[in-house]
Formats: sequence, C-alpha cells, structure tokens
Amino acid sequence: MADQHVLPLPRTTTQAPETHRGDHLLVADMVPRGSKVLDVGCGEGDLLRLLETRGIDGRGIELSREGVNACVARGLAVVQGDADTDLINYPDDAFDYVILSQTLQATRQPRVVLENLLRIGRRAIVSFPNFGFWKMRLQLLVGGHMPRTENLPATWYDTPNIHFCTIKDFVQLCDEINVKMERAVALDLHGRPLRLNAPWWFWNMFGEQGVFLLSRAGRTK
Amino acid sequence: MFRPGFLWPKGRKTSEEAGFEMVTIQVLKTDTPQPGERANEADNPTSQVMRFGPDQPLRLDCGVDLAPFQIAYQAYGTLNADKSNAILICHALTGDQHAFNDHPVTGKKGWWLTLIGPGKPIDTDRYYVICANVIGGCMGSTGPASTNPATGKIWGLDFPIVTIPDMVRAQAMLIDRLGIDTLFAVVGGSMGGMQVLQWTVAYPQRVFSALAIACAPKHSAQNIAFHELGRQAVMADPDWRGGRYYEDGAHPHRGLGVARMAAHITYLSDAALHRKFGRRMQDRELPTFSFDADFQVESYLRYQGSSFVERFDANSYLYLTRAMDYFDIAADHNGVLAEAFRDIKTRFCVVSFTSDWLFPTSESRAIVHALNASSARVSFAEIETDRGHDAFLLDVPEFIDIARGFMTSANIARGLAGTSLAGPR
Repeated sequence: MADQHVLPLPRTTTQAPETHRGDHLLVADMVPRGSKVLDVGCGEGDLLRLLETRGIDGRGIELSREGVNACVARGLAVVQGDADTDLINYPDDAFDYVILSQTLQATRQPRVVLENLLRIGRRAIVSFPNFGFWKMRLQLLVGGHMPRTENLPATWYDTPNIHFCTIKDFVQLCDEINVKMERAVALDLHGRPLRLNAPWWFWNMFGEQGVFLLSRAGRTK
Repeated sequence: MFRPGFLWPKGRKTSEEAGFEMVTIQVLKTDTPQPGERANEADNPTSQVMRFGPDQPLRLDCGVDLAPFQIAYQAYGTLNADKSNAILICHALTGDQHAFNDHPVTGKKGWWLTLIGPGKPIDTDRYYVICANVIGGCMGSTGPASTNPATGKIWGLDFPIVTIPDMVRAQAMLIDRLGIDTLFAVVGGSMGGMQVLQWTVAYPQRVFSALAIACAPKHSAQNIAFHELGRQAVMADPDWRGGRYYEDGAHPHRGLGVARMAAHITYLSDAALHRKFGRRMQDRELPTFSFDADFQVESYLRYQGSSFVERFDANSYLYLTRAMDYFDIAADHNGVLAEAFRDIKTRFCVVSFTSDWLFPTSESRAIVHALNASSARVSFAEIETDRGHDAFLLDVPEFIDIARGFMTSANIARGLAGTSLAGPR
C-alpha cells in the first residue's frame, strides 16, 4: 500500500488565485481539457465554474435547493438530487470524471456511492476531510468532545456529516472494492499539498483532507 | 346558481397579474362579448396570420390531413441576419399568442410579462420572440371555432382531434415559413412545457435550448380525470347543443365557467387559497343562509369562470384538454422516456414548483432522469413557493433568476452577437 501514494503532484496548485479553493484547484488540475465531468454535491457551483473556464464540460448534482438554484441562475447545468438515491439513474460510462468533493462523509452509503461514481465515470476524484487529522485526534483525546475544526464547524447533533473516515480508512475501502488509486494527495489546513514522500501515517496525521484520483482496477470483480 | 358575466368589473386584473391582490367587490357586468366576436377572432385574429394552402396540409396524428389551415402568431423583437436568435414561446391550455401584448378581446396585459420584454430573461431587445396560437385554439389558429372552408360553417365537433405533436408540427411549419432553421430556445409552461418537450423529441436538431416549466412527460390519470370533469360540465350545458351552438349564436357559458372554476382550483394550492381568502366573507359580516357567494373564495372562483368564457371557445377547451390527455412521450418510444431523448444535444432547463400538485416535481424529475440517462445537458430546479401550478405565470423572483441564468448561458454557448449580458462569467 505504501507505494501507492507516491504519485506526481500537479504543479499549479501552489500558486492559486485566492478566488479558488485549494482543493478545487487540485481537483481541476487532475481533469484534462475537453473532459465530461459530473460534480456530485456541487454546492453553489464554484468548482463547476472553475472547470468551465478550463474548457471542461461540467454537470452537477446538488441536494440543497438553494445550491441548485444558485447554480442554475449562474448558468450551470445542475440538477437537484441526492448522491445516495439518484446516481443509479445515470448510465455506465456517462462521464470521463465524476467528482465527489467534500461530500462522501455526508452520504448514507459511502461505499455504494463510491461504486456508483466509478460505474458512471471512467475515473473518480474524491476529496474528504480526514478524521485522522491531528487536531481532530487531539480534541477527542484531550478535550474529550467530538472534534470541530475551521472547515467542519458543525456540532455533532446538527452536522450533515454522518460517515467520517480517515485517509487510512479510505485507502482500505478502495482496496476492498478493488479501486485503483492513480493519485493521492493530502492537503493541510490551508489547502496546500503535504510533502510527497511522507509515509501514509504522516498524511493520516497531518493531512486535513485527502484528495484521491481513482479508476477501476479492472473488471475482475 | 352561477351565472357568468355578472361578478367582476371589466379591466380588473386577473389573479395571475395581481397575485390575488383583489377580492373586494361584486359588481354586475353585462358586456359579455357576443359569440360573433369570438368567432371573428377565430377566423380573422388581431395578430399576424400564416396561411397554409391545400397543397400544404398539416398531417394530424388522427390520420386526417388538415388543409387549408392557418396559424395566428405574434412576434416581438428583431430576427438577426443569420436567423439564429429566434425563441418560440409555447402557451398553456387557456393561453394564446398574446404573451407580450394587450389582449384584443379582454384588453388585459400580455400573459408572460414577467419573463418577456426588454431586459427580461427572454429579452425582446436581443431575441426574436414568436408566440403562436396552438392548432385547435380559438384565437386565430385553425380550430373548432374556425370556419370550415369546405362547408362555410364553423367546424365545431367536425374538427379533427388534435394532439400535442400536431401542435408542434404546425409550429414547425410556421417556423419553416419564417425561414428559421434552428430555434435558439423553445420555452413554455404546463401544456406549453409539453410542447417544449415534444419539440426536442420531434426536432432535436432544431432546438438549441429548451426551458420546460411545470410540465410532465405524460398526462397523469388524475389530470385526465380533471379534464373529463371539465368537458362533462361543458357538454352538460344545454347551450352546448352537441357542439353546434355557434349556429344559434349561443355559447355554453355556464358549463365552460364551471369547467374553468374546477380547473382553476387545480392551478392553485391549499396554502395560497388559505393565505389569500381563508374563510373571509365577501362584502358581508354574516352568512346570508343562501347559495350566494358568501365567501371571498367563491366570488373569486366565479369571477375566474365568468372572465374566462368571455375569451375562450367551449369546443376549443374540449379539444385542447383532449390533446393534453393523449400526451405521453414514452408511449411513442417503447415505453422508455430516455429513448425519446437519445443522443440529444439540446440544452435543457426543467423547473418545477413545490406547491404544484397538478404537475408535481416528481413529473419534472422523471424528465430529468431520462435526460440524465441520455447524458443530455440539463439543469433542474424546484422553486419553493405556495402559489401552485400558476406560479410559472407569476412574478416569482427565484424562477425569473433561473430563467435568466439559463438563457444567458445558452446565449454564450450559442455565441450570439451582442452577448454583453449581465451576470457573471
């Protein structure tokens, strides 16, 4: 497993214009121009906008009505829908890339969602907050309460995030469902990529979020 | 007993325009237009007319070739040199071509001023906006209220049954005649939305973008039931006379008025009726212990009924409701809706309203799922409002914003000249 994360990092992410989130730029850099992309849980469409400026044909699904309406009013092709229930309506290989950005932890069935992503898209890009991040661990260990961070400020009783995982957990799930990790990047609290050659435990400890480029490991299963 | 034409002063706003800001008084009104006026509008409408001769029949789904026939339409704005900026507006069941101009019979303002006009999402400064009366209608396109040239008499029930695809086929002939190959957009709500969908299915290469609002890929059993109720109300009126009322200068006002009242309830929502009327009394403190319109909601409905019969032909109402009943896109594609949209390149925007129980969000979602399965480019938004099905005709800012965003992005994608549009890019 340890060799899987030593993958080339996109160069442009470090000089990000402040208008775009670090993880968005990282994700956008993984998608070649001319691709057809589905952004699952696209929020108000910031990533889709970024992709469009790069000549990428982007579509979106968003659960919240406010998010959808904002997207459509911005001229984006977004439909109101639920990652847990609506991905089944998409045919196989409908997209080149399917993106699940900061949404996996809010789905009811992350594993099913992940499988659907790689059915609909030839590749998937998944980013999620790392619950193994040292600040999280510290809050639980020392504070004795459920962790809250700048990026995840909700309290335990009103958070939409119901399936937290660590980078390590996610890597394990990918192995289980026979998903190939083409690239893996851990980002720090400011959305900057951590250094490359660190071991997994380092990423799992100091990565505030993980970003993974996934593909099907073949049709063996 | 409900008698038409005795309740509301002429020139008052409709509920659509006023968003219900009325319901105060009850006034006698006797100036109901004569049937002759209505018939005249059917043959010689106050709008442009495109006539198709015996050599250009409209092939109807029922097997009849309709010829000659005519289509009455309005056009706003200017067609650009390469004829790429045309938008077709499809009207709803009781609408007509007068979307952006005052109505020739009622004098009321155009029915879609919220969406059409300079600076509006359907910008008449930028686009050439066409709105045609549907075939089977009574405002100048050939329908049951028109004169049958073969007999010199009004068609009545001799007019062949028309369908939504027939309406669209006729519109395509009009567009051909106008020299337009591809429509920049086809836009419509309710029955108009059905026509939008039919356009994309029948002529996918001729529709660059499609805005389908508060509609469905098929007419539901409940909706067919409501339509049957309306038709039976018309036919039960002794003045209907088997559909031959024209000859005697009669019109089944009562039947059509009741049909409209029943239908109008389906266009609203329980919440909106409660908010606007509640159980409030109409110009009185106490019940009269009679069948007068004691309640404001009764008075309002009676007004809706009576104002409708002024401008609409009863037989046309029968034909158009029937056309909606027969609508079922999937049925024509092996029962699979997605098949209808296979490989479609049109940009779609589908909009529904939370309180619309006539064309609920689930119907729009079915369209969206089918479009997704076809990998079509589709936006879908459900607008939160308590104003029911009629919301698409009203000033609902969230809806207007969405229409604007969709039209703007389509404009940019189309590369139309003068795209210095408002909005971020």
